[in-house]
Formats: sequence, C-alpha cells, structure tokens
Amino acid sequence: MNWDIGTDTLTNPHKNIRTDRIRFQNRTKQPNRYFPGNAVKTTKYSLWFFIPMNLYEQFHRFANLYFVGLAVLNFVPAVEAFQPEVAIVPICVMLALTALKDGWEDCRRFRSDRRINHTSCRVYSRKVSGFVERHWKDVRVGDLVEVASNEIIPADLLLLHTSDLNGVCHIETASLDGETNLKRRLVVPGLNTQDSSFEPQNFHCTVAVEKPNDNLNQFKGYIETSDMKRLGFGIDSLLPRGCTVRNTDLATGFVVYTGHETKSMMNKNGPQYKRSKLECKMNIDVLFCVILLFSMCLIGALGHYVWLESLPSVPLFLTPGSHGHMDSNPLSGLYMFFTMIILLQIFIPISLYVSIEMVKMGQIFFITNDVDLYEEKTDSRVQCRALNIPEDLGNIHYVFSDKTGTLTENKMVFRRCSVTGTEYSHNENGKSGKCKFPDRKLLQRVLAGGGDWDGCGGIRRCEATDLYLDFFLALTVCNTVVVSTATTARAQRQRVWHQSTSEIDISAQRCYVAESPDEAALVHAAKVYGFMLIARTPNSVKVRLPHGVELNYQVLDTLNFDPHRKRMSVVLRHPISGEIVMYTKGADYTVMELLDFERSTQRHLNWYAKEGLHTLCFAKKVLSESAYKNWSLLRQEALAAIDNREELLMETAVNLEKQLTLLGATGIEDRLQECVPDTVMALREAGVRLWVLTGDKAETAINIAHASRLLDQEDLVIHMNTDDKAVCKSILDRSLEEGRRHTRPGYPGLSIGLVIDGHTLDMALQSDLVDRFLELARLCRSVLCCRVTPLQKSTVVKVVRERLKVMTLAVGDGANDVNMIQAADVGIGISGQEGMQAVMASDFSISCFKHMKKLLLVHGHWCNSRLSNMAIYFFYKNVTYVNLLFWYQFFCGFSGTSMIDIWLLIFFNLFFTSTPPIMFGVMDRDVSAETLLGLPELYRTGHESEGYSHFTFWIAMLDAFYQSLVCFFIPYLTYQGTDIDIYTFGSSMNTVSLFNILLHLAIEIKSWTLVHWVTMLGSVALYFTVTLVYSATCISCNPPSDPYWTTQQQMSEPIFYLVCVITTVVALLPRYRYRCYEDQWCVGAQSASLSVYPYISFICTVHDTHTHTHLSEANSE
Amino acid sequence: MMASSYNAKEEDGHVAVPVGGTIKNKKPDNTAFKQQRLPAWQPILTAGTVLPAFFVIGLIFIPIGIGLYVTSNNIREFEIDYTGTDIDDPCFNCSQSFSWNNTRPCTCALDFSLDHPFESNVFMYYGLSNFYQNHRRYVKSRDDSQLNGDINSLKNPSKECEPYARNEKAPIAPCGAIANSMFNDTLDLYYVHPNGTRIQIPLSKKDIAWWTDKHVKFRNPGNNPNLTAAFQGTSKPINWRRPVYELDTDEENNGFINEDFIVWMRTAALPTFRKLYRIIQKKNNMTPTLPRGNYTLEVSYNYPVRSFEGRKRVILSTISWMGGKNPFLGIAYITVGSVCFFLGVVLLIIHHKYGSRNNSADIPN
Repeated sequence: MNWDIGTDTLTNPHKNIRTDRIRFQNRTKQPNRYFPGNAVKTTKYSLWFFIPMNLYEQFHRFANLYFVGLAVLNFVPAVEAFQPEVAIVPICVMLALTALKDGWEDCRRFRSDRRINHTSCRVYSRKVSGFVERHWKDVRVGDLVEVASNEIIPADLLLLHTSDLNGVCHIETASLDGETNLKRRLVVPGLNTQDSSFEPQNFHCTVAVEKPNDNLNQFKGYIETSDMKRLGFGIDSLLPRGCTVRNTDLATGFVVYTGHETKSMMNKNGPQYKRSKLECKMNIDVLFCVILLFSMCLIGALGHYVWLESLPSVPLFLTPGSHGHMDSNPLSGLYMFFTMIILLQIFIPISLYVSIEMVKMGQIFFITNDVDLYEEKTDSRVQCRALNIPEDLGNIHYVFSDKTGTLTENKMVFRRCSVTGTEYSHNENGKSGKCKFPDRKLLQRVLAGGGDWDGCGGIRRCEATDLYLDFFLALTVCNTVVVSTATTARAQRQRVWHQSTSEIDISAQRCYVAESPDEAALVHAAKVYGFMLIARTPNSVKVRLPHGVELNYQVLDTLNFDPHRKRMSVVLRHPISGEIVMYTKGADYTVMELLDFERSTQRHLNWYAKEGLHTLCFAKKVLSESAYKNWSLLRQEALAAIDNREELLMETAVNLEKQLTLLGATGIEDRLQECVPDTVMALREAGVRLWVLTGDKAETAINIAHASRLLDQEDLVIHMNTDDKAVCKSILDRSLEEGRRHTRPGYPGLSIGLVIDGHTLDMALQSDLVDRFLELARLCRSVLCCRVTPLQKSTVVKVVRERLKVMTLAVGDGANDVNMIQAADVGIGISGQEGMQAVMASDFSISCFKHMKKLLLVHGHWCNSRLSNMAIYFFYKNVTYVNLLFWYQFFCGFSGTSMIDIWLLIFFNLFFTSTPPIMFGVMDRDVSAETLLGLPELYRTGHESEGYSHFTFWIAMLDAFYQSLVCFFIPYLTYQGTDIDIYTFGSSMNTVSLFNILLHLAIEIKSWTLVHWVTMLGSVALYFTVTLVYSATCISCNPPSDPYWTTQQQMSEPIFYLVCVITTVVALLPRYRYRCYEDQWCVGAQSASLSVYPYISFICTVHDTHTHTHLSEANSE
Repeated sequence: MMASSYNAKEEDGHVAVPVGGTIKNKKPDNTAFKQQRLPAWQPILTAGTVLPAFFVIGLIFIPIGIGLYVTSNNIREFEIDYTGTDIDDPCFNCSQSFSWNNTRPCTCALDFSLDHPFESNVFMYYGLSNFYQNHRRYVKSRDDSQLNGDINSLKNPSKECEPYARNEKAPIAPCGAIANSMFNDTLDLYYVHPNGTRIQIPLSKKDIAWWTDKHVKFRNPGNNPNLTAAFQGTSKPINWRRPVYELDTDEENNGFINEDFIVWMRTAALPTFRKLYRIIQKKNNMTPTLPRGNYTLEVSYNYPVRSFEGRKRVILSTISWMGGKNPFLGIAYITVGSVCFFLGVVLLIIHHKYGSRNNSADIPN
C-alpha cells in the first residue's frame, strides 16, 4: 500500500479543531501507524484474562466482597466454623454463575465484532491502480474506499466523489440514530465538481479534520489541495460508519475516522444502569439484617464466654485447639464472634441479588412477549432497554407526556389552508385521514389561475392568481423532501410488494422521503392540486404545474430549518423569467413578525390553533440580482468559515429573511392516537397525575387535552400566562386558594386543570415560587405546559421528582424529549415518526401511547408485587432457616456447632428452596390482567399496600423468628432426653423447615399453574432424592458429619412424620389464619356494606373479580 | 394513487430490513405460557374452604394426640441417678477420688425397687447431663476413615483429631477427643429376691448400635483376624485403660466394632442425653422381664463428671412404636387440634352471622 499519511501538529488557533492532518502523498513508508485501525472491539474481556478481570468486576459489588471475606475468615483455624474448603462453595457458585452469564454475553459481542471486522469492502490500492477487496478491520485512515448502493459504510468517510453528476450521495442513518429518511450528502464543495471520473491517482491533498467526537451533527475540517487552496467542509460531506448508501450507484470517500474513533462507535454506550426504588429500600433492609446478624453474633460471643466461665474446671469434652492448649475465656469469646458470623452468614441472603436479576430477566421476557403490546402495523414489540427497573412501572405517581407523536399520531393530514386571507376547509381529508381530496372551491381558483398562467407564458397577470400559484409552489419546493424513484428504493419496494401490491403507484413509481411528516403532508397536498414535485437535486428542483408544464427551478440556496429560527427558506431562480424568489416556511409567530404587512390570516391562524391544528405560514420575497449577489458573498464566507460557522450561517439567514410577503397559512391536523382518551382515563383512575409538556401553543394543547379527556368540559382550568413575576405570584396564590376550596375533603368540587406557558413556567420554577407552584400542581388533575423547550421539560420532571419525592415517568417520541426521558425515574420512548433518539434514551420503548395502559396497570403492578413479595420472602426464608442454627447455640455452649450437615446446609439455600421463589417472582399473578385493566384503582391501592415496605419487611422478620422458634423447639422438645444423635436431630429440622418454607410460599402464591406445581413438588422430590442418596453413600466422605444411613433410619420412624406435620401446622397457622382473616373479614365487611374500610373493600373487589373471572372461565370451558 | 407512495414510505419507515435479509415477523407467540394465561388454580380462602380445613385438622390431630399420649403413658420408665454428689450417696466416695489411670476400679452399689413390673424387653441406658458432646471442636475430633478400617488413617490420623492424634509419635487408635472421653463405667443389675438372694440379670450387649454402623461404617483395620497385630504400632487413647483391641473378648465385638464404642461415637445432639447400654431380653411370655421388687445396681465407677457438674443416671425403659416415654408430642397434638377446632367454631359463628345477612355476598354472579 502506498498511500502515505503523515500526521503533524498544526499550531491551531481554534480550540476544537483536531490537530491531525492526513496527507496523501507518494512515499513508501507505511503511513497508517499513527491512527488506530478500523477493527472494533466491544468485548469487555480477553480470553486469557477473563477470570481475573471478571472477578475484579464482580468484587466491585459489596455483597460479593462480604461473602468472600467470610470465606477467607473461615480459613483462620481459630474461628473456622465449617471445613474451609466447603465454606467457599456458595460464593464460588454465585461467582461462577455470574461469570458464566458475563462470559456468554461477551462471547456474543465477540462474535458480532468478528463478523463486522471481517465484512469486506473495496479499498483503493495504488499497486493495482484500482479498488481491491479488503476486510473492514484492515481499513486505515487515509484510505480511499468505494461504496456502492445499499452497502454499509465501513468507516467515517469524507465524500470525495459520487457517481451522481451533482456530487450527491444519499444515506440512510437508521443504524446510527434510527431515522429512516434519506439524508443527502455532498462531495466536498469545490473539489473536482467538473470531472466526472475521479482519479485517485491524482489526488494529492492534505485533509485536516477536528478531533474525533460523538456529536453526530457536527463535523468540520478542510482539504488543502496541492495548490495550497483550502476547501472547507462540514457534516454534509461525511458518510458515517454503519450507515447505508442509498440511491447512489457509487461513492468514493476518504477515510477520516476509523474504528472506535468513528461517530457511531463514540455514540455507543452500553445499557443504562438505573437502580430501582425497590432495590434501594431493600438495601436498607439488608443493612438491618447486618445489624441483626451482628447482635446475634454478639449474643453468641457473650454466651460462649459466660458458659466457659460457669464451668468449674476443664471438662472432658472441651477440646483444646490444634495448638494444644486452651485459649483464655475472653479470647475464646472473641473468636466465637467471628465463628458466629461465618455460621450465620446466610442471614444476609447471598442469593438474593442473583435471584432478583434472574427474576427481572424473566419478567422482562414476559413483558416483551406480550402480544397486546405488539403493534401489527410497525411489527414492533415493546422493548426493555433498562433491564433492572420493571417493578418501577408499578409505582408511578406522575406521568409526563409529550404531545406530538405521543398523544397524537404525528401523521399529518392537510386540513385547512388560508390563502390571501380566504379560508378553505378540506373536510373530506378530515374524515378520511388522508390528503386525497382537494377543496373544490380552491381547486377551481387554482385551475383558473393556472390557465391564465399558461396563456400568458409565465408572465404574471394578476396579483391574486399569482399568490395562489406562489402558495402552492412554496408548498412544493420549500422543503427538503427527496424524491425517491423506483430503482433507488428497490429494497423498500420489494417489501411493499409483499404487503400491498395494489397500493403501489406503479406508473409514477415515486416516493417522497421527508424528514418530518408535515413536510410530506404539504407536498402531497400540493400534489392534489396538480403541483407535483418531480425531482430534486442540490441545485435544482423540478416541478410539474397543474396543466402539465414542467419547470426546472435553479436552487440558489437553501436556508435549513433550525430550532432558533423555526423556519426554513429556499432561494430559487425562475427558469423563464430569471427572477430570484425566496420562499419561506415557518411556525406562524416566527414568520408573522417578519412580514411587511399582514392580512386577516392571523385570525385564521388563531382559529386553526383552537381546533388543534398544527399551523405553518408561507411567505415569499423577490430579490434583486444585486441584493442576492451581495448576500451570496457573505454566505460563501460563512460557509467556508471553520470557527463560529453555525452562528455565521444563521446570521446570514436572518439577514435575508426580512420583509416577507405572506402567501398563506396551512393547518395540519395531527390526529389523536388510537385509544388515547381511554388510556388517559385509566391512568387517571389509577391515581396517576398526567402532565403534558409540549412545544405547541396553549390553544392547540388545550384542544388536544379536551379531545384526549385530559380535561373535561366542566373542569376548572387555570391559565397562567404572564411576563411579570409579581403577577405570576399573585395568580399562584389565588389559584391555590381556589384549588384548596375545590379539593376540600367531602366537598364535591370541580377537578382542576392547569395550563401554563413556558415563559411563566420559568418564573414559577424559580426558588421562591416553586413550592407554591408544586402545591398548586398537586391539587390539579392534569397540567399542561405549553411552549416549553426540551430543557424546561427535563427541569419540570426533575423538580417534581425531587421536591415531591414521587416516582416519575416520562414518555415521548422525539429528540426534544430525550432530556425529559433521561431525567425521569422511568423513561418511555415511543418509536414513532420522529426518529429513534427518544427510544435510544429510554428505558422502555413502545410503539403507541395506548400500550402504556397495559404496561403500567398490568405489567407494572405484577412486576412490583411479584418482586417485592419475592424479596420479602427471601429475607424470611433465610432468617427462618439460619435462626435454627442460632437457637441451637443455646444448647451447645455457644460453640458454633452446626447440627445440619454442611453440604445440606449449602444445598438447602442453593438448590432445594431457590427455584420456587424465583418462579414465584416471575410468574405469580395476584390479580388477573382483566381485573387490573378493568379496575385501574387497583394500581393506586396496589402500590400503597402491596409493594415493598419496611413494614412488610419487619412483619416478615417477626414471622420468620416465630417460625424458626417453632421449627426448632418442637423437634427439640420431642427428642429431648433421648439418644438422638446430632446429625439426625439436624436432619429432622432440615426437613421440617423445608416443608415449612415451601408451604409458606404456597400460602403466598395467589395462582397455581402447572409450573408452580412442578417446581414445588420438584423441590421436595429433589430434597429427598439428594438426602437419601447422600446418606446412603457417604460413609466417610464428609467428616465429621458423615450422614451414613441417618435419613433412612429417621424415615423409618413414625415419630419423624408426626413431628413434621405438627411443626408445619403450628409454624404456618398464624400466617394462614391471617390470610383467612383478611379474606373472611372482607366477605363479612362487604356483606355488611362497611365502606369505611377502603383497604378491605379493595381486597373484596379483587376477590370478587377473581371469583368472577374464575366462574366465567369455568363457563367458557 | 397519490397517497399510495406516501403509504409506502410509512410502511418502510419503521423496519430497517437489512438488504437481502429475510423479513422477520416479530409478533410474539400467542401461547398461554408467554401470554401468562396458563390455566391457574386460585385458592381463595373463603369460609367454604377454610372452615373444613380447620375442622379436619382438629378432628385428625386430637385422636392422634390422644393415641400418642396413651402410648407414652403405657411406657414403663425408671431412672436412677448414681452420680454421688451428696455425702450420703453410695457413690460419693468413688466420685471424690478419681484418676483416669486407677487400676483398681472403685465400685459402689445402689438399691432401688420397681413398683410395677416391666413386661416387654427392657432397654437399659446410661444418661449424662451437662455433657456437651455437641461442642464444635469435640464433634469434629474424630477420624471416620480410621474408624472405617483405613490403614493409612490408622497410621496417620486426620488433623481433626489434634491434639489427640498422636501419643509420642505413635498414632492413637481410635484418635480424637470423642474416643478419648469414652464412657467407661460398668453397670450390673441384680434382682434381690424376696428371700434375700441376689440374682444377676443377664444384660445383652448385642444390637445396641445401629446395624449399619456396626457392619458398614465401623470396621477393624486390615483383614487380620488378630486384632493385636492389626493395631500394631498404635497407641491407646490417653484416658483409656485398655487398648482398643482389648475392649471385649468376643471377636465380633472388639476393636472398632465394639458396640459400646460405636454407641459412644454417635455424638449426642443435646447436652443432656442417654445412650443405650444394654438390652434385657424378655425370657418368656409368662413372667415379666423385670418383676416388681427390689434391685441392686452395681457400678464400677470410672467416669468423672465433677469437672463439668455433670450427672450420671441409669434408665430402665420399655419402648413402643414411638420410642421412649415422652408425653410432649401427644399433648402438642391435642392442643393444636383443639385450637384449630376452636378457630373453626369461631369462624363458623362469624360466617353464620354475616352469611345469614347476605348469602349472595360470597360469590357474586
């Protein structure tokens, strides 16, 4: 390879410019060594260092460290409780399981890396003077790479040449940002625009680009040609790695970034890690467990000391340590403390964390497999991007929603337009939801005008007609819609053939690919009136007029849309008259302020907004040749600038967009999504406050709010729209008073809605007013924030989340919702019309708003109750079991003896009793899906009473202590004074607690499916199989406990079974009684119509519906 | 016609189908499992299901409890403490003067009388109190493979046996603290005939250990029938008077398979325990095994318990299917059964009271 790239450092006056120059010369030295290769490596571990690196990762978890510490402690002879080798088994199993999971994930990443790195592409080689096949990983900075249509771009390329005469290359950036519309890329301006055959041989330039960064929309640099001319370029000339070339037969690019320095790789970050509320609460309880454990160990240590002191002399059974003499009593007590920690270590549930992870995986499996959350139209399921917060879905108090694309479909339908002050409604469009039908009156006007036009050969006749033509021309050309023809959209078309052949317009074979749906809607609307966009190149746009005349306008410049100006313009030269015209399109208020005079259009605009239509204004300006020339010079300067390029470009745009003539306005309807009112009602009944945050104006927002039943007609709506802080304060105070009056308990007041605009919101969120504002917001049933910026959206979410200490959920579909989605506890992205940025930032992504209902009410409730029940159960289980050992210490001189065989002790937690709770956490259904959907109130009551709380934790702890006492003392009293040996004694307790622990779970399980039966009975069977086999074979395998024949011996005695039965009954009687009591009282309370106990009536309703569904199921069978 | 191309765009907008790739339908399977609609039994604790449960528990438990209680009461048990802590006790002298290496055993005799005859086989236990055989270090201090006849372990006892693994280089057999502290009192029982003659009661030392222990778990080292040779080179436990191969003259009960030894090695679960010492076999159906009358227990007092304030007892007991005498389980069953029954009655009353008001409340239709 004889491309040569030298890297030298530019003394650069600008801050952010990469100081790398990539030169392209004719030297023989291998030039690529300074830049990283194009191979990517996303794996975390390497093959050789997997184990140490994975262990290092795992030991970042505090819990793991704790257990390893205990295992190490067990190797100290003075304190060892078990054989040290055995004691490390549980932690090793845990670590191994996690390592296995990590290894598997890493292996998958490795395979995908390898596949990507070995994809082939064509790289120019000077040796053969042509392009040769190479693997992606061998591509170097400075190479010239050729990409054909529908191929994936192997590295970030600077576009030097395309097969297109105009130097255009279209790419699809779906893999980068999820947006499927085509984006246009241009050859570096000024570079070999003329010669059609690009000769890599003759390319001798130095390329300077900025340092690699992750900004997808920013890129700058320049090419220094051999004659020392500098040609600047921007993002428009970059073909990012991973994108697909479309519509262009061949493109050649110069590799500027490779491998991990590419835009796409720098944008890749792993799944987000959010900690759920439940886990936070749980961690506190783990701390309580630690405290309990330490106090128990302290009791053990003190007890041992006291016991030793009480002995009159050294008795027979007191064995000296291996060093041959006795330790002093206080020292023995101290040692005993550590022994006790080892002995009772599972008081802190070691397997809880692993189990929770597994349960969440199972829950997410079920969420993603829910057929109700599948959208046929887009073939998409619900996606869970954050794997560890499914239970938070069941705890939401506040939902913050975007409007456009979230509540509405974001499929624009051209509904109304106002041209030269006359309003034309398009009622048919409104009914059908598609822009198929022209307004008859308008069509007549246009055709009449068009006829005149035809007759007079392009010279204007009367102003009015001209304006109509201009209006539709503006609709047609003032946009960035790309016309995609049949051949270029091959891949897409093939799919469509499958689905709906009849729908394809074969004769035209023309697709409009638009960046936003309203642009497409406008172009289609114009098409209905005969103004058809035929082709668009960077320098020209071809339009067919109503009577078949095709005009090819020269595009002199395009001033793209940006969020500050909120408008876009195109500057055209008329093909016949040669006149320079600028068409501007923009949000009404940004265009209205630029007009030199105004018509009655504003009235129409207000009216449109009231109807909930999305309004746009169109204006034009005729430029003189000289004025354009002057401006054009400035523009060129701005384009070539490296520093402040954006600001300069914007400045030039603003300079030109002045003194416009209004052509007209359009009203585009954005229809509500399916089932939105129903979903909103359900969420409201579920006690969730719904806030809508939108960039639209208040009228539109209120209209949508009424339509979606966010506000009812009789609701009291408070409007806040002021520029003055004092006014804002007084409104807040007045509204608060009124609000309190209406929400007094027992007073059937109106429900309140609050509408606030962005400017006022800013003031309301200032530190002195924020408390009042939140107080007011809490009284309101729904809040609409209009005209808010993305930043304000996230501020609102943050303020509510932090000040009110509630769980927040944000749902949105656009890039402007990303901040809000990330600020909320749970972020939901809707994969809609506006690209995938919101989805990428979200925790869950759904395809339409109505899925929120089932996602929250059913899956949220289930995940929450399942997981909290399981976590509580885990605490209970471990405490019950380990306390048996603790009680035994009172009868063995606090010497740290375990009466249960160490292997059975370990297996008990690891295998015998681990599957049922996990299954319980994944599959239990406390209330059926139908009931949850039918009674949204259950969601609210659900997370108050059924969720994880410290109260339930302590109840479970008390129960665990009681049950362990029973499980210990009934066998103790039975076997007391007999000749029973220690391990038979322990094995009876082991069996008793197995039954006890499993039957406790059985009481907790609300619905028994086949899986439940199998796991429960399977666990019991496994226990007996293992213990029987173990005690039939272990003669001297596990000293000192060698349980040879103990289980068999024990199971041959009837008293063993009698003990099992009575212990289980006594241990579980309180819990069973409590459950009965609940249910019984419920039935009683219901029949006595005692509505004063909302909680009880809640249970009643649940159970009623239970029975109900049960019955109906039976009937249907 | 016009809208069609727009539709095509919509259709394409969402699925980025890789070029040439197959079109996958991501629709989840509509199976009962994946949709969480598996047929489920939802036990609802209503009066209809709970009441019978309580009554059934009550009705089953109470008879079982009565049966257990009666059985336990029918067991004859007699216990005599021979520790000798009081100065008046016959064994007081023996308990005071103690040394492990006494060659002349100290003997003492206790008289007692049985008020009721013992009809069936009588099990004779010795009982120790306050003896923590379950102490962590004590429990571990044994070598099961040595006891199982492993030659290697015989010569090199496990380190768990420390400090009772070796006696001046010679390995101890059996090693460890458990073996070292083996109970070594000898107990003899005499029936004092009303005419004054003392008749020794034959005590059987067969089958006092578990069959599996005697035949599988415990084995003498090597195949050498001559135990003296088999244990060549080992030392006796420090506290023992005789080496392990002289525990009994009967070859089937000597060495590691001595049943007294095996019984001792099965460590007790609780600090107060009994261990089977001998069995008094019933001779024939006509006479009771132990008729009522006076008896003498002759103890050769070797085992010291003063260091831990322990007590030594002899227990004579008949047994039933449920083992020895223990009224606890019977009482527990009766109590729990009654409580359940009572709860059932209370529930029934509540249910009756509310149920009569509105019967349809139970299952709304």
